[in-house]
Amino acid sequence: MKRNVRLFSVVACALFAFVFMGAEKARKAAQPKAAPVQAKIGVISIITGQGAAYGEAITNGIKLARDEVNAKGEVKIDLKIEDSTGKAEQALSAAQKLINSEKVVAIIGPTLSTEMKVVGPEANASGVPIMGTSNTAAGITQIGKFVFRNSMPESQAIPASIGAAVKKYNIKKVALLYGNDDVFTKSGFDTMKAVTEKMKLKILTIEQFQKGQADYKAQLTKIASMKPDAVFCSALYNEGGVILSQARKMGLKVPFVGGNGFNSPKVIEIAKDAAEGLIVATPWFGDKKDPKVQSFVAKYEKAYGKKPDQFAAQAYDAYYIMTNALKAAGTADRAKLRNSLAATKNFQGVLGKFSFDAERDVVMDPSVLIVKGGKFAILN
Amino acid sequence: MFLEQLINGVTQGSIYAIVALGYTLVFGVLDIINMAHGEIFMFGSFVGLLVVTKAGAPLPVAFLAAIASAAAMGLLLERIALRPLRTRRGASHLASMISTIGVSILLENVAHKLFGAGNHLFETSFAEISFQIGSVTVYLVQVVILLISLVLMAGLALWLSRSRSGKALRATAENLETAGLLGVNTNRMITATVVIASAMGGVAGVLVGMAFSYINNQMGLSMGLKGLAIIIFGGMGSVYGAMAGGLILGLSETFMVAYGSSGYRDAIAFVLIIAILLLKPQGLFGQATAEARR
Repeated sequence: MKRNVRLFSVVACALFAFVFMGAEKARKAAQPKAAPVQAKIGVISIITGQGAAYGEAITNGIKLARDEVNAKGEVKIDLKIEDSTGKAEQALSAAQKLINSEKVVAIIGPTLSTEMKVVGPEANASGVPIMGTSNTAAGITQIGKFVFRNSMPESQAIPASIGAAVKKYNIKKVALLYGNDDVFTKSGFDTMKAVTEKMKLKILTIEQFQKGQADYKAQLTKIASMKPDAVFCSALYNEGGVILSQARKMGLKVPFVGGNGFNSPKVIEIAKDAAEGLIVATPWFGDKKDPKVQSFVAKYEKAYGKKPDQFAAQAYDAYYIMTNALKAAGTADRAKLRNSLAATKNFQGVLGKFSFDAERDVVMDPSVLIVKGGKFAILN
Repeated sequence: MFLEQLINGVTQGSIYAIVALGYTLVFGVLDIINMAHGEIFMFGSFVGLLVVTKAGAPLPVAFLAAIASAAAMGLLLERIALRPLRTRRGASHLASMISTIGVSILLENVAHKLFGAGNHLFETSFAEISFQIGSVTVYLVQVVILLISLVLMAGLALWLSRSRSGKALRATAENLETAGLLGVNTNRMITATVVIASAMGGVAGVLVGMAFSYINNQMGLSMGLKGLAIIIFGGMGSVYGAMAGGLILGLSETFMVAYGSSGYRDAIAFVLIIAILLLKPQGLFGQATAEARR
């Protein structure tokens, strides 16, 4: 027994020694030797399982940016990509691995707001800067001073789209329609309702539906009979496309203003002609006449064989924001990186001009788009 | 608005009824709840969609293809998932329900692989035909759906009560062994039942595509759950019960949205079902002699 204890303590000592040596080595590696700043950046995204399509777009955007930045040679980044499978607990263990074993200087991700709510506090407590590229829920950056995001929250996007639609179509009375069994569409609706009330528009009726419903005719018949000037609809594109199609078929031709869930070319694919007149606000617009946007789209299409979506663009910009801050910090130090990240102002990316506010949240002007002639175009 | 909502409700209810007819037929004979019925219905719908959009064939061909493929799936279901359990001694009734659940999961995922996730547009020129009655627009599809459901119900009721094979079917339902001893080919009767029920699922699948313009690989589940609720509500194994139950559920859902709150759509519909079951536990048209059948 005694011998066991002694043996154990020897093994433990040896183990600890290795761990400390490892840490020492990692610290040395992170020290700036010459001009290029060397650093390890962790990425947490959904690589497998439901939602893997988002993770694919995000990691594609990041990898494209990494290759460009590494080629310039000012910073040299070693990316460590971990799979969260869309689950908060998996995202947390991935974050712990990145923070403690890989000793990354910062983390980009995770994909979902629910994951960020769990991973954010962990990174914050460890003093590791973390930046979400796709979290749009409320209260993300309020987790702590190491938590950032460059994805525009719905509370900024929806007022922009509603404001533009009201101005253009002289909207006075509206009907609201939303999916009541999904956190995302529900929170979009809450924002819509608040904005509608603030703008003193008359709410004729509030209708709800459930995910996967096939028939929206009962709700739409009711809405049509009240003759609204517009319908504000918080739905994911799958349901949203069907709603538009059935609404147009029964003669409800007024403009539809959609939340973030509506903001996908898939809506047009599903609803075809019925999508005409749908208005959304988005930080990302791939057909913008900006050379930076056009060259990004071309490069992305060449590398991956498809057009980049909002998630790819946000991840691409996030990587540039992160490495620019790293360059400014001059060293792969977590605390210094955090401070130079927070100082990011007027960064010109593919999403447009970007700054962090005092709470490390997004300051950006979204583009308001309308579906016209089978594709999204700027509303003016 | 009342008339428009009435039409919406009747259309929805007729589709519920056709799905429920398939359930009730299998339950009446086999005492098995066929959990894969919703997925067979979904598959029939996709076959119809492919025939109409990809092959460009006219609608009757789509119906025939959907019926044929759904019937074939019913045949396979009976051979692979039901018959092996029936011939084995000591297998409980629940075993076959579990195996049909397995088939339903399989079919849903196969559909995901074959057709992809998300909604698919089911576009037919027939679904665009409409006419005006006063101020109300009625689509021909809506009339056709109601007629088909009524014809199926009447045909099924007549077949079960009047024809020789219907009599054999009822004998099989009454007591499997006795019917076998009296010269009924019970295996064939059971196969026929599952095949007919599945074929009706195929019809319902195409009708849903025409009525709502969209189908997806998950619709079998939600439609199937509604169908189950309806046969409990209308009376297990009752043809008229399935029809009445379907119409009542469709209408109550629609009018709840029209004159109440759409958030409580399902809640009110199911509260109504519970209330009726409390008053009449065997369902609207159910016979009180459920135990005596064994």
